[in-house]
Amino acid sequence: MSDQNNLPAGRQAERKFTCIMCPLGCAVTVKADDSGNIFEIIGSRCLKGEKYIRDEFSAPKRVLTSTVAIEGAKFDRLPVRTSDFIPKDRMFDCMKEIGKIRVKAPIKLGDKVIENILGLGVDVVVTRDLD
Amino acid sequence: MKKIQTDIIVIGAGPGGMAAALKAHEMGVKNILLVDRLPEPGGILQQCIHNGFGLQKFHKDLTGPEYADEYIKKLKGSNIKVLLQTMAIEISKYNRVILSNKVDGLIEVCAKAIILAMGCRERTRQQVSIPGTRPSGIFTAGVAQRFMNIEGYLPGKEVVVVGSGDIGLIMARRMTLEGAKVHAVTELLPYPGGLTRNIVQCLNDYDIPLYLRHNVIEIYGKDRVTGVKIASVGEKGSPLQKTFEVPCDTLLFSVGLIPENELSRMVPLDINPITGGPYIDDNYQTSRQGVFICGNAAFVNDLADYVSIEGEIAGESAAKFAGGNYPNDTRIPTVAGQNVRFVTPNFILRADCATLYIRVKYPMTDVRITSTNNMIHIVKQIVKPSEMIEIKLDAEMLKKIKTLKEFRIDVGPE
Repeated sequence: MSDQNNLPAGRQAERKFTCIMCPLGCAVTVKADDSGNIFEIIGSRCLKGEKYIRDEFSAPKRVLTSTVAIEGAKFDRLPVRTSDFIPKDRMFDCMKEIGKIRVKAPIKLGDKVIENILGLGVDVVVTRDLD
Repeated sequence: MKKIQTDIIVIGAGPGGMAAALKAHEMGVKNILLVDRLPEPGGILQQCIHNGFGLQKFHKDLTGPEYADEYIKKLKGSNIKVLLQTMAIEISKYNRVILSNKVDGLIEVCAKAIILAMGCRERTRQQVSIPGTRPSGIFTAGVAQRFMNIEGYLPGKEVVVVGSGDIGLIMARRMTLEGAKVHAVTELLPYPGGLTRNIVQCLNDYDIPLYLRHNVIEIYGKDRVTGVKIASVGEKGSPLQKTFEVPCDTLLFSVGLIPENELSRMVPLDINPITGGPYIDDNYQTSRQGVFICGNAAFVNDLADYVSIEGEIAGESAAKFAGGNYPNDTRIPTVAGQNVRFVTPNFILRADCATLYIRVKYPMTDVRITSTNNMIHIVKQIVKPSEMIEIKLDAEMLKKIKTLKEFRIDVGPE
């Protein structure tokens, strides 16, 4: 990645990851300075993996799936998901919001139960028909 | 007893059975009966609310219920007869299927072809012989998943997961997100049972410790679980002296799946002791003519997508059988060689194309997958027991295979 002579003088952080882009599951170490500038990625064997590791280091994202309470349906819980990725460190905040929701049957797959959750630009949508 | 005549009966409306019924319908079969014991189609997909389904089949990242919906919509638009809350309780030696439900009582179904798609069951505490008391708070991971995702009960707050199968990993994350604390996941083997992506996204994301080569050796508690004793294990699985105790109120077991074949044994079909499912050929026909099988009832698959792909093959084959134009060619046995736990299907019959799945016995790096007469030759950087390997055979290869006594697959060093 970078050559040893260019190491920044300040404090360095080292974080370990497992790449999940393919079944190889490379063990990858990222070295970065205090402000999060990566100066070395060790153990990654492909470009796709390296991109994944960079994203995981700087801004990891996940799809969140959970359930909400539903009234008047054959089951008490209705499955939902975020319509796109959300930052990994906002998962628990979003769970709190999702926990407040109660809906009434019937409801359709794709219906929004929360629009633009916590201003993240992502909706929470229903993942099945339920009546 | 009520009697039904049909061309094809499909038992089980999960990702295998739905795909099989729809494929047979697409092939022009007029009368298809799809039965399931649950009140709705979809099978276990309905409780798998996490994403990661459909990447192979639909090139989309779907949740379990969304994946099921792709098929349920098509079922609604077809004239396939779906009979729910109905249990298949017997298959006679004349291929008659006995069903039971609240409305009709017993029903005898006479079908030209049968497709078995019963899925699998979870191994339980009893099957891994863990000593201790028998308090409440002990669940299989899949049962806990149903309690949480469909019925709306949190099974407990302080959790230990025994075994690192995918459902256990998924439930470790799910319970953490709902406010429970998962203290440990133990795994007897030196490598995890589940997919790497689940180790990363379900355990590492939430700092849940995975103890490889460890096992729960005692369960404490009278009315409710109060804790477990965990021990490191030696080379042959024997517990070592190094032990520690973890207080908890809930124990989830994720220690493997077993193909569900109570009905298959009644036929009776020949069962492969390695996979726990019936012996099959590459049309997914079993040892009984006219009886087909697909998905986890045949052998435990890694992905629902594979289950549906097999369902389509079973559906197509059953349609041909019901229509009276089933090929009757020589069947060449497949053989598991070096570091191969199983090869499935067990017989090669098709002439156009076929897919074999193999599972290795232990992980290995820099491998070469070879076969009889060196017909296949695949180099891989890594193979793992948790990830099945697909081997595609084309018409030319199949023609050559037909001249062999057997088709053996080996996984060895490169």
